[in-house]
Amino acid sequence: MNTPRDLSTISTGDSLPATRYTPDNIQLFFYNAVLWNAHRIHYDLPYATQVEGYPGLVIAGPMLGDWLGQVADNWVGDAGIVEQLEYSNRQASFIGETLTTGGSITAVDVTGRRVSCDLFVKNEAGEIITPGKAIVRFF
Amino acid sequence: MPVLTPDILACIGRRSEPRTEVVTRRDLRKYAIATSQTQRKYLDGDEAPPLYHVALFWEVVPLAELSADGVSIDQLLPKFPLEKAMAGGLDIRYHNRIRAGDTLIGSRTLTNIYEKEGRSGALIFYEVVLEITREDGTPVLTEKTTRLLR
Repeated sequence: MNTPRDLSTISTGDSLPATRYTPDNIQLFFYNAVLWNAHRIHYDLPYATQVEGYPGLVIAGPMLGDWLGQVADNWVGDAGIVEQLEYSNRQASFIGETLTTGGSITAVDVTGRRVSCDLFVKNEAGEIITPGKAIVRFF
Repeated sequence: MPVLTPDILACIGRRSEPRTEVVTRRDLRKYAIATSQTQRKYLDGDEAPPLYHVALFWEVVPLAELSADGVSIDQLLPKFPLEKAMAGGLDIRYHNRIRAGDTLIGSRTLTNIYEKEGRSGALIFYEVVLEITREDGTPVLTEKTTRLLR
């Protein structure tokens, strides 16, 4: 059992831990297999590049959403729960890229024990390809 | 010049048949590995990570019902005059956690269709709400998907 976190130690502007992901074909295959997603842009390189005109195999959008959610969920751990999560897939990313997730605290409600945060997935160029937000509630 | 016809707009409110799915430890473990989870409760398959329901309620379609690019045709949606999918977003409100052994019911509703004039022409937006409950009706989560076509 975790000790309830002291919310007075959390401030607006604090960063959430960053994580780097370099997904490969095997991980992307596993992810889409778990979903039953047969979209060829995720595994058929000639199709993705020659027919759809992408520079490579497209990393699945909801997988980026999952990684974005992990920023908040791994930060709160067993000390609370994610109550709200939203994200938007704005730009595609491709196998071979290294992506970085992270975020920062935007509001702290000490009485309601809720913390709001902005979240992001960035590509190697530093562009935010998947922005999002979460509200976590501490027990 | 609007691209959305009255026939298309009349589809707002359309609901899918509710689907019942069982959450297994094996499926949770596969999902946890595929998404690089780090918390023990997810890797052991005790509990579902926050985005697991996306996989659980992804349509299980027969091969013959896939289009040539391997995509399943969403029966909830009308045929739109614009078809190039641009971006998508999810907005999820969580009510209760999902655990191994849960039996969950998911119902999808097409809640909105609207258009906006973008810089390079018309854009169509549509929203689908997925309500997930337990068998006794206890709410688990509500997810709103917004998609953009051009």
